[in-house]
Amino acid sequence: MTGKKVLIPLGAVIGLVLLAVLFFQVAGLHYFVLIILPYICGAIFFAGLIYRVIRWAQSPVPFHIPTVCGQEKSLPWIKQDKLGSPSNWLQVTGRMLMEIFLFRSLFRNSKVEHAPEARLVYGGNRWLWLGGLAFHVSLFIILFRHLRFFTEPVFAPVLWMSDLDGLLQLAIPTLFITDIIILIALIYLFTRRVVFAQVRFISLPSDYLALFLIMGVAISGVLMRSVFKVDLTYVKELAMSIIRFDPVVSGAIGLPFFIHIILACTLIAYFPFSKMMHAAGILFSPTRNLLNNSRMKRHINPWNHPVRVHTYAEYEDEFRNQMKKVGLPVETDETGSK
Amino acid sequence: MYDSGKVILGVAVFLCLASFPAWYNVITSKADYRPDPVIVVSDNQCIESTQYMREYHMQLLKEWRDDAVRNGKTIYTASDNKTYEINLTGTCLKCHSNKTEFCDTCHDFSGVSPNCWDCHNIPKSGK
Repeated sequence: MTGKKVLIPLGAVIGLVLLAVLFFQVAGLHYFVLIILPYICGAIFFAGLIYRVIRWAQSPVPFHIPTVCGQEKSLPWIKQDKLGSPSNWLQVTGRMLMEIFLFRSLFRNSKVEHAPEARLVYGGNRWLWLGGLAFHVSLFIILFRHLRFFTEPVFAPVLWMSDLDGLLQLAIPTLFITDIIILIALIYLFTRRVVFAQVRFISLPSDYLALFLIMGVAISGVLMRSVFKVDLTYVKELAMSIIRFDPVVSGAIGLPFFIHIILACTLIAYFPFSKMMHAAGILFSPTRNLLNNSRMKRHINPWNHPVRVHTYAEYEDEFRNQMKKVGLPVETDETGSK
Repeated sequence: MYDSGKVILGVAVFLCLASFPAWYNVITSKADYRPDPVIVVSDNQCIESTQYMREYHMQLLKEWRDDAVRNGKTIYTASDNKTYEINLTGTCLKCHSNKTEFCDTCHDFSGVSPNCWDCHNIPKSGK
């Protein structure tokens, strides 16, 4: 069971690499891979993302369900936990920012262990938080660094970021610290899914597919940078021509780039249909973005339909005469009076 | 749609950020710039094929540095068995003499700043 869950996505990614090799061999398909594919996948990404976001925005939040992790706003002499139990717009923004940039709820993950002498010991378990944060920060910096292929003259902060990332000045071309960190983090994120029995049980093929696709993109990118090189000038000319909507392939670009771009395009096109939509979904999390003010304001279920109710008073008005006739007790003697 | 104002604002901000390169290049009006490195030709060809040099010159230069500085090797045998003296100034700079018009054109274009010139002098003609 577990084997299949891992091997099928792995096979899919290896299949994509082989497909890239095949496409590279057939000169007639170069235009498709280098130009048509990025446009198609980019269009799927943007259209899919907006579609998903609008679908989410159309779903009502039936209950007021903030996850409360601290003292809610109460009497003036009781100290409120402003981030754990936000009661106004500013506090909930703070909670969202901490969630988006620091993964605060993962940081709060704890673990209970049996210590000797049959004691229970509570402690933090922050490996997932660390691995997740290392992965996402590296991914952001790597994506940001890629702007050097899409801006001319290169956007200055991109150069500063690259200098900082290549601070070690090891090897030529310079080794980027984030390249190493993202690979280590990806290995950890994969390993925890296969090593820990509980995580293995709840892991789905789609979890592995996302991991393997990102791994494939990262590994092919790192190898393309430092071992199997391609002509970067042609790569940038291609990238620039794509974003100015006047696509041309100006020179021969090698196989490593074909592998990298086919994996990256697949990832981009798969994004709106995958768990990676958590990037937008985090903003729609009711447990994170709602105020804990249910004792101050009444939350009305937005899908409540105006219901036609028939109260007992109206019922009695309707059947009073019949009820009196058969001797049933009535609450009021006449319509509208007590 | 619930909270439509916020959602539309969010989508708009996302689209503005995601399309950053497109409008940045419109502002700089350099979207169709292509580097054109200048070579003063004395031989018809570089020591290896053009494509190899375009893709791997940095590795070759690193090997040359290690050979000349650390291993005391001064002769490079190219893949067509021609031999060249391992010497940046005497061999490479003979044709590629102008840093600004040759090296920098592509390096600036692809946003790389190799640290060659931390130690090496920039030839006068290319300052």
